[in-house]
Amino acid sequence: MPSDQQHILARAAKEVAAGQIVNLGIGLPTRLFHYLPPDMEVLVHSENGVLGCQPLEGDAEPDLEMIDSGGAYIGTRPGASVFDSALSFAMIRRSRVDVTFMGAFEVDQQGNLANWKIPGKFSPGIGGAMELAQKVRRLVVLCSHNDKHGNAKILRQCRLPLTARHCISTIITEKAVMNVTEAGLEVVDIAEGLDVASLRAATEAELIIDEHRLGRF
Amino acid sequence: MTRLNHKHTTLEAAIAAIPDGASIMVGGFGTPGTPCALLDELLAQGQKRLTLIKNDANEPDIGIGPLIRAGRVERLITSHIGLNRVAIEEMNQGRLAVEIHPQGLLAEKIRCAGAGHYGFLTDIGLGTEIGEGRREIDCDGRTWAIEPAIRADFALVHADLADTYGNLVYRGTAINFNPLMAMAADRVIAQAYRVEAPGRLAPASIHTPCAFVSQVVQIAPAADRPGDHAHAV
Repeated sequence: MPSDQQHILARAAKEVAAGQIVNLGIGLPTRLFHYLPPDMEVLVHSENGVLGCQPLEGDAEPDLEMIDSGGAYIGTRPGASVFDSALSFAMIRRSRVDVTFMGAFEVDQQGNLANWKIPGKFSPGIGGAMELAQKVRRLVVLCSHNDKHGNAKILRQCRLPLTARHCISTIITEKAVMNVTEAGLEVVDIAEGLDVASLRAATEAELIIDEHRLGRF
Repeated sequence: MTRLNHKHTTLEAAIAAIPDGASIMVGGFGTPGTPCALLDELLAQGQKRLTLIKNDANEPDIGIGPLIRAGRVERLITSHIGLNRVAIEEMNQGRLAVEIHPQGLLAEKIRCAGAGHYGFLTDIGLGTEIGEGRREIDCDGRTWAIEPAIRADFALVHADLADTYGNLVYRGTAINFNPLMAMAADRVIAQAYRVEAPGRLAPASIHTPCAFVSQVVQIAPAADRPGDHAHAV
């Protein structure tokens, strides 16, 4: 039985297509690399200034001047490049990155994202999240469906300070895969063994669900 | 001696030019590219009331961490300080003023100063809390925020190679903010693992031409810096 995180990552890997330039956010999204087919031709961008990074092989000696934005030592694949921070964000703002995966504290049915600040509790800074969220072609949020107290994280309207507005394309949780559409949040896949009523009960946002077209994951 | 070939100097002499109250850009994203030898010397010499401009706050015992812990930094202009619990505590206690900018805007503000501009127009952050308080302007039917450039009195940068004229070559992801900062400060002090005679570095390999660099200092190879949090995925 895979854990919730493994479940999310395995489903998230299907959002990446060969030939794409992909940014993986810090934390859970970084692990997505291990769920992509090993021979898939994908360039992973890390905003500290590398295109084409990959995890180090198990016993490889790390190069202390090669890290990703999460601070992990990295290797590079054929076709990789390194560059300064202004250029790295030019690549982001010019939408040369096809898809980015990020965590979230809250998301809402307008596609708004809050993932950088909890006033009074957590405010270490925003890093590169704002530009990634606003400018990468597709933003896929990977997060637990509810917080550790069971509260909804998929909301009608975010309450926390926003990282960016109307930026999310798809939300993947352990319970569902939801696309942000003009009409609202449309559920495309629901977790194996979960019924629609339970999904709605765990969600504050209004969900658009067509039970005849619903996939399982 | 000419203006060009008197740049190769010692750590002590280079850092001694920095007065109390200076604004200082510091290269680096995490540990790579952080000019640790220059910062250790700054810690030893005792300058205070500093304004630092750096992507992140390093970790408590690395780079700018010890300067923050020692209360020598009055203000930090940055994008993220999450890996330095001491910096977070100093901020929460009101002893360290922290000004947060989205990372790409911070880089561009520095790049802009280095290019000799007042600032730039952007749509990044419009309608968010972090984007509040900026002047906005309508151009060609759209609203833009005005982002003024950020300059500094000094920049401390880390290069892989230098020559005695001050030409710099960076390596790997240690490049990050270094070439931007090397153009955006009045006085630029670079540390490098090797300082060569002019002509030893291939012209096309040079990232920062010597015109921007005030002084170069040769340092011992790193290898044994403590406390790297970095790890294999």
